[in-house]
Amino acid sequence: MKTITIEMSQWAAGIAKLKDAYRVWSPVRENDYHVFKELNKDALPDLDFSNTRLSAKQAIYPQTQKMFEYTLDESRPDHHIMHEAPDTTGPQAVIGIRPCDAAAFLLVQKNFNTPQYKDPYWVKAYEKTTLVGLACNNPCSTCFCTSAGGGPFDEKGLDVLLVADKDQYLAKVLTDKGAKLLDAAGFKDEADAAGAQVTIDALREKADAAINSEIATDQLGAQETLTLYDAPFWEEVAFACINCGTCTYLCPTCWCFDIQDEVRGHNGVRMRNWDSCMFPLFTLHGSGHNPRDTKIHRVRQRFMHKLKYFVDKYDDGIQCTGCGRCVRACPVNIDIRNVCNQMNRFGTCPA
Amino acid sequence: MLQYQDKIQAIAARLLKECKVDLVIGFRRGTVPMMNEPYVARTAEQTTNLIWDSHCGINLTNYLTDRKEKIGIVAKGCDSRNIVTHILENKIERDQLYIIGVPCQGMVDKRKIAQAVNGAVDQVIENGNEITIKGPAGDKTVTKADVLQNNCSLCKHRNPTIHDEMVAEPVAEQTDIDAYESVRAIEAMDIDAKRAYFEKLLEPCIRCYACRNACPLCYCPTCFVDEHRPQWVGKSTDPVDNMTFHFLRAYHCAGRCTDCGACERACPVGIKVRIFTKKLEKDCLELFGWEAGLSLDTRPPLDVYRPEDPDDFIK
Ligand code: SF4
Ligand code: SF4
Ligand code: SF4
Ligand code: SF4
Repeated sequence: MKTITIEMSQWAAGIAKLKDAYRVWSPVRENDYHVFKELNKDALPDLDFSNTRLSAKQAIYPQTQKMFEYTLDESRPDHHIMHEAPDTTGPQAVIGIRPCDAAAFLLVQKNFNTPQYKDPYWVKAYEKTTLVGLACNNPCSTCFCTSAGGGPFDEKGLDVLLVADKDQYLAKVLTDKGAKLLDAAGFKDEADAAGAQVTIDALREKADAAINSEIATDQLGAQETLTLYDAPFWEEVAFACINCGTCTYLCPTCWCFDIQDEVRGHNGVRMRNWDSCMFPLFTLHGSGHNPRDTKIHRVRQRFMHKLKYFVDKYDDGIQCTGCGRCVRACPVNIDIRNVCNQMNRFGTCPA
Repeated sequence: MLQYQDKIQAIAARLLKECKVDLVIGFRRGTVPMMNEPYVARTAEQTTNLIWDSHCGINLTNYLTDRKEKIGIVAKGCDSRNIVTHILENKIERDQLYIIGVPCQGMVDKRKIAQAVNGAVDQVIENGNEITIKGPAGDKTVTKADVLQNNCSLCKHRNPTIHDEMVAEPVAEQTDIDAYESVRAIEAMDIDAKRAYFEKLLEPCIRCYACRNACPLCYCPTCFVDEHRPQWVGKSTDPVDNMTFHFLRAYHCAGRCTDCGACERACPVGIKVRIFTKKLEKDCLELFGWEAGLSLDTRPPLDVYRPEDPDDFIK
């Protein structure tokens, strides 16, 4: 496929044009960090960021999703009948998503879009979304994507990969969806594909070399599940954890939710909200029994799910793309890199 | 600070060797700059992992709740005040504890450090009152006082109020502090302005509850936001539910909060949640002349009744 050159001088006009055909999400600066927001009419993406505080998952999987609406007003013939919430999805573009977040959608898809089960909300939104990635020329010290199946220039899951090169972007078109988007923005200056690839390769090598943290995952599959579950290190790993939702809410690959009804006056909605395996309520049964009633249970679950159960179930890597968000944001420095390495080497001869 | 560290390690090793305690709770060096990890040393050998620097802002009292062992705990001023509160509230017994008191010189605000170098931070080096920050954008040296956590700039109890052994001589307490400027600014707003202010403040809140869970006061077996039969507070990030959570939590901290700043430090989106607890701290000071955690001999104002209470509607 081709590569398009976008001069910085064309950028603003192109984004403005794009908004005629797409809802546009991109990083914007809020307080002292960046988050993904849907851009209003005049706003421009702020691509001067290392990575966003929260992942891009909310563009497809919002923290709160309305599923049904109903009325309790008995004078209405449809009282107590659930109506599907109006479908508000439409073509949308996520501009400036990092490769780790785009790859995360492919992992999450294993759960939300399977041959037997299709989550209608997630699938519909994902299908209508075009992902325009921004390669990481300067990865952070906590990024470990290269050992989590990706890389700072990884193209998996993306429709376009933007590479910032001096005062222009090289936009590598990866899918038809991506070609359509660039067309809609009016970005048409085709670069010499071979020459552009040389530039991109050079930047990629530099970025790959700048990743200075890694995890080992080669033994995870071979570990015996119950032995790993009973490993003595969980107590030490869990000691500091305060069981907040920070790691799971910031993570691009955490997918768990809780369904809730809320009624105001006569009007009710059924919605789903992100939930977290770190919360005791997450597993509390109706009987009052809680199968994961201690902190160790919950901490172990998060890591066992991402680094063992997922590995065993799908045989396609770990449920983590190495974005490093949980490492940076955990208030008490629980570092998945350390936990993963401990799990990986558990039971192996130290020599 | 380094001298503190040697002393902490020595005391902890001695306590464990002499079987005076079963474990010592302190900090170990974190894997990323400015993020130390609460840590438990169970053997004398493990005490070499214990560290002390200006990034020990998490409140270790949080790790004491309902423990049954004999525990050594490293405590700066605010931690010690929360330990007092914990003892008064029967969450731990005084004679279970050996408190290693640290005269505190303030904890550094990781957000201010990041702002100082405009982004990524690779290393932070302390040298007395100077802090050198190394990042991809170059090095910068700042004065510690300029990058302190806000609660530390306003702190009047840097020395532990309760301890079994101190790691150093007490430090001078800060005086001439106007601790409530930010609260007065909000008190002066009219009701609409207040509401707009709180909505804006809490707009980024993702209800991850890191603020609550980092707080040593928030030990209720079931927090009111987790009540579900019936459910008290909505689970989405609706502005009213966000405000309900924060306001009610603050009221539950009235007369107990020590302004340790752990809540604010923990918040992943940098919300200044102390503004709520600060207001209640001010009220407790003005109405009852009360500051939390100063002594084991007085009950907190909200769990006693005095016959001479001036509010004559209580009979
Ligand atoms: S690992 Fe860290 S971020 Fe995750 S729940 Fe525990 S304390 Fe919170
Ligand atoms: S587990 Fe942590 S590093 Fe891995 S994808 Fe989630 S937030 Fe990123
Ligand atoms: S509310 Fe915040 S400042 Fe007050 S004791 Fe709890 S964590 Fe510390
Ligand atoms: S830590 Fe911050 S984002 Fe999380 S619930 Fe508290 S205020 Fe909200």
